[in-house]
Amino acid sequence: MIKDELSIVGMGCAKFGERWDCGIPDLLIEAAYEAFEDAGIGPKDVEMCFFANTNAPNNCSGTPVADALKMHGIPIVRNENFCASGHIALIEACMAVASGVCNVAMAIGAEKLKDTGFGGLGTGRGLSTVRESRRTAPGSFALGATRYFAKYGLTYEEGRQLLAKIAVKNHANGMLAPRAHFHKEITVEDCLKAPIIATPLGLYDCCGNSDGAACAIITRTDMARSFRDDPIYIKGFGIATDSVLPHYRPNFDWTSFEALRISSLRAYEMAGIKTPREEIDLAEVHDCFSITEMLIYEDFGFSPRGKAREDIEAGFFTRSGGLPVNVDGGLKCFGHPVGASGIRMTYELYKQLQHKVDNPKRQLENAHIGLSHTFGGPPQISAVLIVGNEK
Amino acid sequence: MDVGIKSFGIYLPYYYMAREAISSAWETKGPKGKKSIANVDEDVVTMAVEAAMDCFRFVDRSDIKSLFFASTTAPYAEKAHSALISVACDLENHSVFTSDFAQSTRAGTNALMVACDAAKANDGRSTLVVASDMRKAYPKSSEELTLGDAAAALVIGGGDVLATIDGSLSLNDEIVDIWRNAGDAYISQGEGRFVVDKGYMRVMGEIVRAILGKYALEPKSIAKVVFPAAGAGNAAKLAKKCGFAPEQVQDTLLGSVGNSGTAQAFLGIIGALEGAKPGDKILVADYGSGANAFILTATKAIGKIRGFDTIQRFLGNRKEFGSYARYLSFREIAPAQPGSPFKLPASAAMTWREQNLNIRLHGSRCSECGATIFPVNRVCHACGAKDKYEEFRASDLVTKVFTYSVDKYAGRSDDPVLIQTVTEDGNGTHYYTIMTDFNVEDVSVGMDVEFTFRKMHSLGNFPNYYWKLRPLRREKRATI
Repeated sequence: MIKDELSIVGMGCAKFGERWDCGIPDLLIEAAYEAFEDAGIGPKDVEMCFFANTNAPNNCSGTPVADALKMHGIPIVRNENFCASGHIALIEACMAVASGVCNVAMAIGAEKLKDTGFGGLGTGRGLSTVRESRRTAPGSFALGATRYFAKYGLTYEEGRQLLAKIAVKNHANGMLAPRAHFHKEITVEDCLKAPIIATPLGLYDCCGNSDGAACAIITRTDMARSFRDDPIYIKGFGIATDSVLPHYRPNFDWTSFEALRISSLRAYEMAGIKTPREEIDLAEVHDCFSITEMLIYEDFGFSPRGKAREDIEAGFFTRSGGLPVNVDGGLKCFGHPVGASGIRMTYELYKQLQHKVDNPKRQLENAHIGLSHTFGGPPQISAVLIVGNEK
Repeated sequence: MDVGIKSFGIYLPYYYMAREAISSAWETKGPKGKKSIANVDEDVVTMAVEAAMDCFRFVDRSDIKSLFFASTTAPYAEKAHSALISVACDLENHSVFTSDFAQSTRAGTNALMVACDAAKANDGRSTLVVASDMRKAYPKSSEELTLGDAAAALVIGGGDVLATIDGSLSLNDEIVDIWRNAGDAYISQGEGRFVVDKGYMRVMGEIVRAILGKYALEPKSIAKVVFPAAGAGNAAKLAKKCGFAPEQVQDTLLGSVGNSGTAQAFLGIIGALEGAKPGDKILVADYGSGANAFILTATKAIGKIRGFDTIQRFLGNRKEFGSYARYLSFREIAPAQPGSPFKLPASAAMTWREQNLNIRLHGSRCSECGATIFPVNRVCHACGAKDKYEEFRASDLVTKVFTYSVDKYAGRSDDPVLIQTVTEDGNGTHYYTIMTDFNVEDVSVGMDVEFTFRKMHSLGNFPNYYWKLRPLRREKRATI
């Protein structure tokens, strides 16, 4: 049994944004030293490290971490799992400690997207030189939106209005997160008037491309109190890998993703969660695009199938709603340095559950169970982590 | 055995420009009419594949034993295009004889001449001859206004033919009248009257009189003459000089498509066939460093092409291309700012290895459970059977749009709009690629689309081809 056997005892998160003045080493140092200080340890206390990064030029393995933090001589494993890389580093660190191979493991994710020289994540995916040469992130997730509108009878305008409400919510939340990339209040009208990126998604339906890093220190729960009085407990996790191209899967319907369903069910089962809508107090989910957040509501059981619209319109996922989602602004406003995002989301849960959020205005009361999630693709891989502040 | 034309196909690009749009960009006065514009993802190979596959309406793929490709504007200076076109058409592997014809606008009828001889010498062996051109002229030249992009194909063989080829004649002639040096982008030509009087009119007049004499025919015994020309005035003048009335002159689409180089003679032949009654004789004469001439007679079988109106089908489903600036960019005359780089490397080895998937557009059908999937998968998605499948051809299919997105930032900087598209066939098999040649207001979930062979990019310093989807333009081939 994994539940409650592992704890997070230190975390750090760099300022997200266009960090022109910083390289990956600077971002790693910023996130890691906050985590070391938080846990009351130094880099030499880390026995194993799991590094999440998708975009470093050339094959760098774990050397950026070793060199920046002078952590030479220990295993540092780099993973590239699209947008789920950060979560997978966290889960790898959990499994390393759970296996007994080490007592203190570190997960760290860092990304320098603003060194690529262009906006967005670029054009082209997969392994074929031609079949996916024009594939883009917005153009791929948008396929889910067009299909959702067609399936549930929403007109293009109705659908866009609905999605805009998710963007408006996340922008309002981001205003209260000092380390977020974007601080801008927007209205539904702003969303509808913004330039189209890939129909039906407009500019405000898409998350930012940011630089950033985040870090977590994992140890055994029976040792956690020697690091701090308020460790955050690992309740469960789940990972599911799907096809690089569900586009070709017969009868694949685009309004629901198997990887989302399976990864959440595994995590719920491990955490003993039966009714996620009621039992989860806050969630940080993969809102790379507004439509993604909406599809996640349904695949995670936050909303009944086909009923996300009602919950969005009732404000169920706002900071004061029944299940606040992306209270730090989400990928939408906090930014999305791919490899760092899963750990950044978990950082928000950690601080919320410790009642130590950097801006008290977004501190939630009486939160005990949080869920964080990233989704690479669509929809190659989904990873879910559930944490709590009570055993 | 009678040898003749067994089938035909054409391809006219979706876009055309009004000639006035070009002349007004240069603040000059120019002729009226339209010129066909190949899209930025098209070249003579992709247009040739379209025209060649259009032939399979009246003839079965398996009948084709040779494939000849003719063009003056083929993308490779060294490497055969005919083999690539044969594979894209999903003709039988390896056994089809392929050859390229080039260097002259007469290359199309040169290939036709060889195909006729091959059929006569080999018990009516069928050859698919496809001609395709997209020639470039200097900006502001009169040829810029008149050259147009198109492809057309004929299947030559014995047996049940639409028209017999009763006779032919060829002559060569050395003259520097119209040419393009290796490495030049644009055609060059001599002084206007010299080119017309001492080139086209002299040689064409000679061959028309010679073939009429050889087969003891009078101008009045010919239903239509096909005289490809740089301009309709030249064809009319030639006809008059040879004793033909204006109504005998077949339109070779100079006004609606433009001077389509090697394809023009074929477009004229096809136009004449579409209007022919059994017994009608057609005289074809084609020019370029000499000339080729043919006498054709429509057979009773011509009745089976009634109602297809192939040329009109393409002419009637086109869209005006308004921007001369974009035209210059599409033709790499004034290339626009490059977009962000594609993230995929090109690989000659992968292109070779995956040609059944990417060039033939094959999916797989499980021999154990019958499930189909695209592209070819070695392990069945439904039952898990490994390496037990047959390949099937998807390129003929009409499928329905399942979902799509008009993606504004996935294309080139001069034409960023494309549509990411997932479609579904009657088996529930899904296909993903991008849509091209669409009118964005008409695109919807559930609409019918067909596959079209296109150039995706030129990474690796060679054209990388694959298939896109587009709203229906050609004759429906197959549905599942």
